[in-house]
Amino acid sequence: MISQMLLRTHEKKTLIVAFLILLAAAFVPLSNLLLAESNPLHIPGYLVPLLGKYLCYALLALALDLVWGYCGILSLGHGAFFALGGYAMGMYLMRQIGNRGVYANPDLPDFMVFLNWPELPWYWYGFSHFGFAALMVIVVTGLLAFVFGWLAFRSRVTGVYLSIITQAMTYALLLAFFRNEMGFGGNNGLTDFKDILGQNIQAAGTRASLFAATAIALALALLLSSAIVRSKYGKVLVGVRDAESRTRFLGYRVENMKLFIFTISAMMAGVAGALYVPQVGIINPGEFAPANSIEVVIWTAVGGRGTLIGPIIGAILVNFGKSIFTAAFPEFWLFALGALFVATTLFLPKGIVGTVEQYFARRREYKAAGETEKTYQEDKAAALTATTASPQAAE
Amino acid sequence: MYRAIQTFLVALCLLVSCLATGLRAQEDIRPLVDALGVGNFPQKVQAVNALAASGDPKVAEILQNLSDGKLFAAKNGGPIYLAGDSDGSFVDVLTGTPVADAPGNLTKIRLNNSLRGAITAAMSQLTLMSPDRSARLAAAQDLLRDANPDNLDLLNSALAEEKDTEVKNTMEAVRAVILLKTDASVAEKEAAIEMVASRGNRDALTILKAALTSAPVELKPEIERHISSIESSLAVWDVAQNLWYGLSLGSVLLLAAIGLAITFGVMGIINMAHGEMVMLGAYTTYVVQQTVAAVAPGLVDYTLAFAVPMAFLFTGLVGIGIERSIIRWLYGRPLETLLATWGLSLILQQSIRTIFGPTNRQVDNPSWMSGAFDFGGLSITYNRMWIIVFSIGVFIALLLLLKRSKFGLQMRAVTQNRRMASSMGIRTPWVDALTFGLGSGIAGIAGVALSQIDNVSPNLGQNYIIDSFMVVVFGGVGNLWGTLVGALTLGIANKFLEPYAGAVLGKILILVLIILFIQRRPRGLFALKGRAVEQ
Repeated sequence: MISQMLLRTHEKKTLIVAFLILLAAAFVPLSNLLLAESNPLHIPGYLVPLLGKYLCYALLALALDLVWGYCGILSLGHGAFFALGGYAMGMYLMRQIGNRGVYANPDLPDFMVFLNWPELPWYWYGFSHFGFAALMVIVVTGLLAFVFGWLAFRSRVTGVYLSIITQAMTYALLLAFFRNEMGFGGNNGLTDFKDILGQNIQAAGTRASLFAATAIALALALLLSSAIVRSKYGKVLVGVRDAESRTRFLGYRVENMKLFIFTISAMMAGVAGALYVPQVGIINPGEFAPANSIEVVIWTAVGGRGTLIGPIIGAILVNFGKSIFTAAFPEFWLFALGALFVATTLFLPKGIVGTVEQYFARRREYKAAGETEKTYQEDKAAALTATTASPQAAE
Repeated sequence: MYRAIQTFLVALCLLVSCLATGLRAQEDIRPLVDALGVGNFPQKVQAVNALAASGDPKVAEILQNLSDGKLFAAKNGGPIYLAGDSDGSFVDVLTGTPVADAPGNLTKIRLNNSLRGAITAAMSQLTLMSPDRSARLAAAQDLLRDANPDNLDLLNSALAEEKDTEVKNTMEAVRAVILLKTDASVAEKEAAIEMVASRGNRDALTILKAALTSAPVELKPEIERHISSIESSLAVWDVAQNLWYGLSLGSVLLLAAIGLAITFGVMGIINMAHGEMVMLGAYTTYVVQQTVAAVAPGLVDYTLAFAVPMAFLFTGLVGIGIERSIIRWLYGRPLETLLATWGLSLILQQSIRTIFGPTNRQVDNPSWMSGAFDFGGLSITYNRMWIIVFSIGVFIALLLLLKRSKFGLQMRAVTQNRRMASSMGIRTPWVDALTFGLGSGIAGIAGVALSQIDNVSPNLGQNYIIDSFMVVVFGGVGNLWGTLVGALTLGIANKFLEPYAGAVLGKILILVLIILFIQRRPRGLFALKGRAVEQ
C-alpha cells in the first residue's frame, strides 16, 4: 500500500535512485565497519568521508536544480547557503570542544581567547545544543533566502540581474566572514573539532554514521523535491520558468511561488553544508567564494537540469573527476573544468540525464507507433521539408 | 737654527695637545658608551640619548653598530666591544684596534623597539649637520615627530648654518616645538605657537594638542583657536582627499566596467571572462615592456604608447575569436553564455599561469608616472592622476565612436531593435562580433592602466569582475553615461565609507546598498525604456 502511494506521487526512476541511495547508506558503513580489509567489497576508512562529501555536494546541486531547473532562477549564491549551514554546524562543533582547546578555556572558543574577547557574543548562545544548531541550519538559511527573495522577486529582478545580485550576496558574505570582528573565526574559520553528539568525530563509527545520515538526507530531499515538482504547484513553477509573464497574467502569484521554492532550496543547501562540515572537519570563509557557487551550477548542468536525478549524478561525477584530476595532473584541472563549462553549454545543454531521457523518449515514441526504420527515415525527410517550407516555424 | 728648533717644538707641542684632546674626547665618551651594556631597556635608552647629546663625531658610527647588532658586552657590565671582521674576534669600539684579551662571556647587546626608536631619533639629530640636503630634511622631519628638549643646542647650531629654506622652515618648527616643551618665556612660546600653526598640517595639530596641557594659561585660548582653525581646514582637505581617492577608484572601475557595459548593453550577454581580458591586457603590457627593454632600451618611457594599441588589438582579436567560436551559438540563452564564459575565464587564467607562472610580474611605471606632488593639503600620485585622465579619454573616445561613427550607429540600432536593424540590411552577426571585440579591446586597455597600479598576476581580472558587474548593474545598460555615473558614484561612496566603516565593511555596505538599490530600480540608474527592454 505504501509502495502504491509512493508510486502515485513519484516517478519510478526517482524511487529507484532514492532506493539506491538508501542502499548506499546501509552498504558503505557496514562494509567499512564489518568487512575485513582484505575483502574486495571493503570500503577503506579514508573513502567514507570522501563519499559523504560527494553526497553533500549532490544535495547542494539538487537544491540548486530546484530553483534553476524548475523555476529558471540561476542562483550564483547557493554556496552562501551551503556555507551558512556549515557555519551553524561548525559553531555547534566549536562549542563541543569545551576546554580541550589550545587555551583550555571552557567558555570561549580558541579564536575568541586569542582575540581577547571577554565573553561569548549573543549570537553564539544556544549553539552548545545540537537541536538548536540543527534548527538554526534551517532557520538562518531559510530566513536569508526569504528576505533576499522577498526583496528580489517582488520587484521582479530576473535573469542575469538576479544571478549577479546573488553573486554579490555571497561575495558580501565572503568579505564579512573574513573579518575577525564578526566572531566566526575570521580567515581561519572554525576547525579542530572533537566531538559530535558525544562521539569522537574522527572515529570510524562516527564517520560511517555521518555518511549514512547524509545519504538518508539526500534520499529524503530527493523524494521531497520530487513531490514538489510533481504537484500542481510544481507544474505551475515550470510555467513560471518558461513564460513568467504569461503565468502571471493567468492569475498566479509568481513572486510567492518563486519565494517558496527559493527558500526551500536554500534550506536544503544549508542542510548539505551542515552535513559537510563534520565530515571534512573545517569551515572557513573560502566556502563563500563566488567561484564555488558557480561550480555547483556546472555540476547541475552536466548532470542535467530540470531532472532531479541529473544534479546528483553530475555532482558525484564532476567531483569524482576533480579528485582524480587534481591528484594526477593538478595544473590541468582548471583547463578541464573550464572546458567542461564550455562543452556542456554548447554540446550538452540538457546534461547527461536529459540527453539520455530524450534519446529513450524518442525511441519509445517510434516503438509505440510500431513504425519501422523506413518510416523513421520518411519522417525525417518530412520534417526536413516542413522546416524548409516555413522557416518561421523552425525559429 | 734655534728658531727652527723652536718652531719644531711648538709644532710638537701642538700635535701632542691635539692628540691629547682627541684622546681625552674619546676617554670622555667611553663611560657613556660602556653604559650601553648595563641595565634594562629604559636605562639603555637614556644611555643612547646621553651619548647623542655628547656631540662626539664617533657617536653616529657607534650607534649604527649598535643598531646593526655588532656591539657586545659582558653580562655584568664592563667595557663594550665591537665584533671584528673574523668570527669571534673583537676590536675596541672607539679606536678600532684589535682586542686580544676580550673576556669569553660576551653577549650581543639586545634591542627592543623603544631602544630602536631612540637610536633612530639620535641618529637624526646627528644628521642635522649632514652635507646632504635630503638627509637634513629627513632628520628635521624625524625630530618634528619626536622633539627632545635636549636637542635644542644642537638644533640652534644647525639652524645657524642652514641655507636651504625648506629645511630651515622645518628646523624652525622643531625649535618651536622644543620651546613649547621647555619653560621659555610667554612671548617666545607665542611666537612658537604661531610658527607651528602656520604649518597647518596634521603634525602641527598633534603638537598643538600636546602643548595645550602644559601651556601657560594666557596662551591657552590662542592655542585652542589655532587648533580649531587647523581642524576645520583639515576637515575640508580630508573631504577633498577622499573625493580624489574616490575619483581615482571610480576611474579604475570605469575602465574595467565600460567594456562590460558595451557587450552587456548591445548583446544582452554577461561576459564572465571580461576580467580575464583585463588581465590579458596587463600581460600584453608586460610583454611589450620586456620587448622594448630588450630591443630599444631608450624607448622604455614610451612603452605605454606601444602597449595601449597592442593590448587593444590583441584582446580585441581574442574577443572576436571567442564570439565566433562560442558565444554566437548561445544567443538568446544569457544564463548559458554566463556559464560558458566563466569556463573560458578559468581556461584563460590557467593558460596565463602555465605560460608566465603564478607569481606577480613586474611592470614598471614610466618616469613621468612615478612619484607624487602636493596640491594644497592633497597628496597626489602621478600614476593615479594619469589614470583618471586616461579613463576620461577612453570614455570620450567611446562616446564619439558610438554617437558619430557608422559602426556606432549600427551598434545602437542593433541594441534598440535587433530584427528591425537586420531588416534594414545591418549584418547583425558582424556587429555582434565587432561589438564583442570592442568590449574586449577596451578591457585590454583597462589592463594596461591597471598594470600601472596593481599586481600583474593571473588573478588580476578576478579582483575586478564583481565590482565591474556592480557598476554595470547600478548604472544600467545601454547607456555609457550610466556606466560613468555608476563607476564614479561607487568609487566615491566606497572611499567616503572607508574611514568610518573600514575598507572591508565599507565594501560590504556598498554591496548591500546595491542589492537594495536593484530592488527599487531593477534595471539600474539609466535604464533603457520601451519595447527593447522586455526582449
